[in-house]
Amino acid sequence: MTLFLELLINGLSVGAVYALIALGFVIIFKATEVVNFAQGSLLFLGGFTISEFSDDFGFFPALLLGVTVAAFGALLIERVLAIRGSAASVNTLAIVTIGVDIIIAAELVRRVGVDARTLRDPFGADTLNLGGVEVATSRVAAIIVAALLVTAFFLAFKYTKWGIAMRASAEDPEAAALMGIRRSRVSAIAWILAGLLATVAVIFLVAFPTPGLDGSVTRLALKAFPAAILGGLDSTGGAIIGGLLVGMAEQLALGYDNYLSFLGGGFGEIMPYVIMIIVLLVRPSGLFGTKDLARV
Amino acid sequence: MLKVDNLVVRYGAVEALKGVSLEVPDNSVVAVLGSNGAGKSTLLRAISGTHRLHRGRIEQGSISYRAAGQNAADEQNDQNAGLIRIDKLDPAKTVGRGIVQSPEGRRIFGRLTVDENLRAGGMNSSATKSARTETRERVFTLFPILAQRRGQRASLLSGGEQQMLAMGRALMASPSLLLLDEPSLGLAPQIVEQIGEIVLEINGMGTSVLLVEQNASMALRVAQHAHVLEVGKVSLSGPADELAKTDQVRDLYLGHGAEEISGSAAVGRSQHLTRWTG
Ligand SMILES: Nc1ncnc2c1ncn2[C@@H]1O[C@H](COP(=O)(O)OP(=O)(O)O)[C@@H](O)[C@H]1O
Ligand SMILES: [Mg+2]
Repeated sequence: MTLFLELLINGLSVGAVYALIALGFVIIFKATEVVNFAQGSLLFLGGFTISEFSDDFGFFPALLLGVTVAAFGALLIERVLAIRGSAASVNTLAIVTIGVDIIIAAELVRRVGVDARTLRDPFGADTLNLGGVEVATSRVAAIIVAALLVTAFFLAFKYTKWGIAMRASAEDPEAAALMGIRRSRVSAIAWILAGLLATVAVIFLVAFPTPGLDGSVTRLALKAFPAAILGGLDSTGGAIIGGLLVGMAEQLALGYDNYLSFLGGGFGEIMPYVIMIIVLLVRPSGLFGTKDLARV
Repeated sequence: MLKVDNLVVRYGAVEALKGVSLEVPDNSVVAVLGSNGAGKSTLLRAISGTHRLHRGRIEQGSISYRAAGQNAADEQNDQNAGLIRIDKLDPAKTVGRGIVQSPEGRRIFGRLTVDENLRAGGMNSSATKSARTETRERVFTLFPILAQRRGQRASLLSGGEQQMLAMGRALMASPSLLLLDEPSLGLAPQIVEQIGEIVLEINGMGTSVLLVEQNASMALRVAQHAHVLEVGKVSLSGPADELAKTDQVRDLYLGHGAEEISGSAAVGRSQHLTRWTG
């Protein structure tokens, strides 16, 4: 029972982090219809920047720098895609983001070297006792921070000018243009937000109890991709549910690995993709999506 | 005043407009009639700057605009004074100049609420908050049904209500010139009448209207001036009431006169009408 509770909390925590990254995918997809495969390296870039500066400046100033650099990097990618954006298909642009991802990640791996880095987050190796279950403070913090960020995002999405412009432009770009809504601006803000979300996510992805930041972080981030897909790539709510679902399933499968050994070990690792495939077989547009992903 | 001069618009190999010229004077309603594929929407796209979204190109000619009241001093001396080229502007800048379009097929944001649709319409406006509230009140006076349905998803509105929302949304930007692309499309005759009345009211509030229609009877009733567009060319222009009497318009757009003697003789009766040839 305690194992189950522990896995549940861990699952919720990991899921919340996946949800943040998946939200970034979805925001960009809604604004531009481009699937951004560079999300993993943006997250890496944000984390790397924090690790570079947190020794000298402390964690929070470094976090600010990390968010800025990741947002700026995201904006740069957005501008590069926009140059030929109107002429190229969204599929081509998605492939361009794969290229960008490989370039950024390769350079960062070279700079990080072999040893995992710490970001010097304030949670350290602390643990909390929740109802007899020992969990890492960072895991609990992830849940709280993600909940706050997601709430703020949904309020902004619902009520701000940008939120309305974004939803209008996602639904009918031409009609939105006729209202004077600039898609380029909507899309720029979307990329910046995705950069911000990714940088916050990376803190928790590489916090205790994981070994720290190294090249494998992009692979971790990639798990948010099935989360976004199974929620429905154009559904912000779906990203959250998808993230939680993937995180939970993954942690449970890891925790009960012994019982799943008949499937071969390490089932937790492939769990996100298994769930994604099952959901897509039943609902091709994802749980809450409106666009058939077969088109993408 | 809006002035379209010898406009040629092409989509790849298709020449959709082949040298169209027309004007929308200040505080007027001008109708453009034409059957499917005549180039009506292309004309409005070129004015709004959205032809690029359809891979359309302006090959020749110009579109210029001056909102009513600007350069009033020059106005007396020269009709063309103060006219500014707008054919290179992007859609947002065109909206900024006071030209707003309600597109064919309404194209409301169905997943947004009525209120959010209206907010989207007023997004580009640099007006103060109080001025925006005032504009919204005016839209609600014009379309009381929208006030009742404020919180509802726009996709739940009926066809007529959606058309009203589309027009209300466009009005939220406080346009000096409103472009309406087939507002009567698919609506019951009674609603079409209502739309016609509303166009007159909008015009009464000081907004010029360029009304594109296949439904000639409504359009000719509310417009002072009308043009007939045929495969990318203006074939007939004149005061709306005169145009309504011509056989060409009666045959093609008013749905009667098949048994009447047709020909161009009727056109010659009025010296106000201009036939375009070539
Ligand atoms: N995006 C497009 N690409 C190619 N041809 C187009 C496009 N849009 C319209 N056309 C063509 O341009 C002509 C005028 O179309 P349109 O302006 O939509 O006419 P209307 O609004 O009067 O029905 C038609 O022959 C149509 O087939
Ligand atoms: Mg049309």
